[in-house]
Amino acid sequence: MTNQKTISRETDLSGQEYQWGFVTDVETDLAPKGLSEDIVRLISSKKDEPAWLLEWRLKAYRHWVQLSDSEGEPDWAMIDYPSIDYQDIYYYAAPKAATEAPKSLDDVDPEMLATFEKLGIPLQERAKLAGVAVDAVFDSVSVATTMEEQLGELGIIFCSFSEAVKKYPELVKKYLGSVVPYTDNFFATLNAAVFSDGSFAYIPPGVRCPIELMTYFRINTEGSGQFERTLIVADKGAYVSYLEGCTAPFRKSHQLHAATVELVALDDAEIKYSTIQNWFPGTPEGEGGVYNFVTKRGRADKNAKISWTQVETGSAITWKYPSVILRGDNSVGEFFSVALANNHQQADTGTKMIHIGKNTKSTIVSKGISAGQGNNTYRGQVQIMPGAENAVNHTQCDSLLVGDQCGAHTVPYIEVRNPTARLEHEASTSKVSDDQLFYLMARGLSEEEAHHMIITGWSRDVIRELPFEFALEAGQLLKVSLEGAVG
Amino acid sequence: MLEIQNLHASVLDIENSEILKGVDLKVNKGEVHAIMGPNGSGKSTLANVLMGRPDYEITDGDILVDGESIAELRPDQRAHLGLFLAFQYPAEIPGVRPWQFLKAAHDAKAEARGEEKMSVRNFTKLFDEKVEAVGINPDLVKRSLNEGFSGGEKKRNEMLQLEVLQPSMAILDETDSGLDVDALRIVAEGVNSMRSPERSFIVVTHYQRLLNYITPDIVHILVDGKIVQTGGPELALVVEKDGYREYLPAAGATG
Repeated sequence: MTNQKTISRETDLSGQEYQWGFVTDVETDLAPKGLSEDIVRLISSKKDEPAWLLEWRLKAYRHWVQLSDSEGEPDWAMIDYPSIDYQDIYYYAAPKAATEAPKSLDDVDPEMLATFEKLGIPLQERAKLAGVAVDAVFDSVSVATTMEEQLGELGIIFCSFSEAVKKYPELVKKYLGSVVPYTDNFFATLNAAVFSDGSFAYIPPGVRCPIELMTYFRINTEGSGQFERTLIVADKGAYVSYLEGCTAPFRKSHQLHAATVELVALDDAEIKYSTIQNWFPGTPEGEGGVYNFVTKRGRADKNAKISWTQVETGSAITWKYPSVILRGDNSVGEFFSVALANNHQQADTGTKMIHIGKNTKSTIVSKGISAGQGNNTYRGQVQIMPGAENAVNHTQCDSLLVGDQCGAHTVPYIEVRNPTARLEHEASTSKVSDDQLFYLMARGLSEEEAHHMIITGWSRDVIRELPFEFALEAGQLLKVSLEGAVG
Repeated sequence: MLEIQNLHASVLDIENSEILKGVDLKVNKGEVHAIMGPNGSGKSTLANVLMGRPDYEITDGDILVDGESIAELRPDQRAHLGLFLAFQYPAEIPGVRPWQFLKAAHDAKAEARGEEKMSVRNFTKLFDEKVEAVGINPDLVKRSLNEGFSGGEKKRNEMLQLEVLQPSMAILDETDSGLDVDALRIVAEGVNSMRSPERSFIVVTHYQRLLNYITPDIVHILVDGKIVQTGGPELALVVEKDGYREYLPAAGATG
């Protein structure tokens, strides 16, 4: 099925028993806690990096120190959390040996396998998620996968970031920081200094990547921060669909995740980037959970198209604004998002569409689901620059409330500096109504099934943008994430 | 068999809101009962209480299906027992297509009854057949459930569900309201074609109109939360001619 059309890499980022977690008693090679120039050098030397990259990291580190001493973390988002002690975090963790990892699915907790099954994750994928597969990537170190060779024949590069630095330094050097510079924002700067690993993809001119590229990220080590970096370059006329899945194990303490993703779509290229983010959201009481501060941005050249689709169900805090710089004429940017905030989760997410080129077009469809005491904010910016003749934006922002203790907020910024622009903004807020529930239940659906059907139906405009396999998983994930919010 | 015994029901959490004030009714297998009554008599409430709408609470009496009380059962459990309510105002569910919804409902019922779920292929065949039989525009079932449907289309969609789910006890809550004569005929034909010794119907209606097409075995007049008269099909015609005046105590006092 679709399985064969997907090449999957896995980055295991750090493990205990929340539904997607498991304990992997892998002996871990940890650098001491805390952030310093020495740590940055250590990370770079562990990875055997060239001098230019170390230099870039150090510049970022120094800039970050400056930022920390002056303005600190950005505080404009509608999220509330205790201050993060950046000296109490591990910035480097690599497993010494995977000998303790489960050898086969028989060694894996059946309950966890049941959950994977519930999520509709294919068997092979379950094995990987459970840490069975040999090409699984623990913590911050990645291992190559088999289909790379097939892709190689087309000139497609798909590998870990570290590997790309070694094998394709020119490409990395050319594009690293070209969309998200190391000075971009507090978290992106931190990422630039200490990024551990991530994915790299390059599609040569005119090549349509025949399979979907996929990376699974996991966080394993307790108290470790996670800082992966992804760079995808679609050369002129190229096409790629990239999928990103994220899970993190149950932890009582908070974990920091500050990732950066850069997309480069050269003339006539298209990049479709889909995310299912299911980091540990914390306990229903609000204990633990991942702080997810992510910077994602793409650059669309002439006639290029970048499409972000995200289903965000995890994390205690989500701070994330996948954006597109529409710098080429006729370029297109899309953002489709479903963000769910249940229990004590807080999501502040949206997008930025920066229209620079003529006839540029952007579409934003944001669906925020708030349940329990969750707080969900859409924050979006549409900017039409003076040269962007005939720019068009359509924004649709919908909020759905489940229960009466949650919150939904919409903060759209619109800046128009060219009178030929056409912008539309639609917004709605609704509740799952008793009439809807009774209607479905009167036909035989349980209350939970009824809720699930109403919510996935409501999210359909976004979910249908996902590749088939991911769409199924997203539907199941919404269901599992809402368990307990209903009734 | 459905048996309603001295049923009292109020609006949940509102004092002195009793709407049903002691309804007694017995519907045997294969029978079609019509419940008629003036506005505000409690007809719709009765239909909804039978299906378990959570806005109401039963304060006295009982509802039995084949001798077992269903008063404490959730709406989905009642559906699994074979109850079906054709809604007066069906809810709109954005993004959910009728096929998907009905397949889930069909599966849920099968599962609860320990029966095998129908394959997608067989279900699609059944669905398409019924869409044609009920005369719904096939384009409509590709849209979201009830969203943007006209009043008539919603009612036909209810009939589609009735046909697909094949309940043993169907309650039609003013299914005729808002229908033109053609649509009315289709609803009636649907019901008539489904009449069988194993299936009973309760048809709730204000007007006698629908009963021109569906001939009930028994007609009840519900006034102020109680059944005040029971008779044969001819009773509907009397009401059509004379209205509900003679059943209204207040009208008698002033008239």
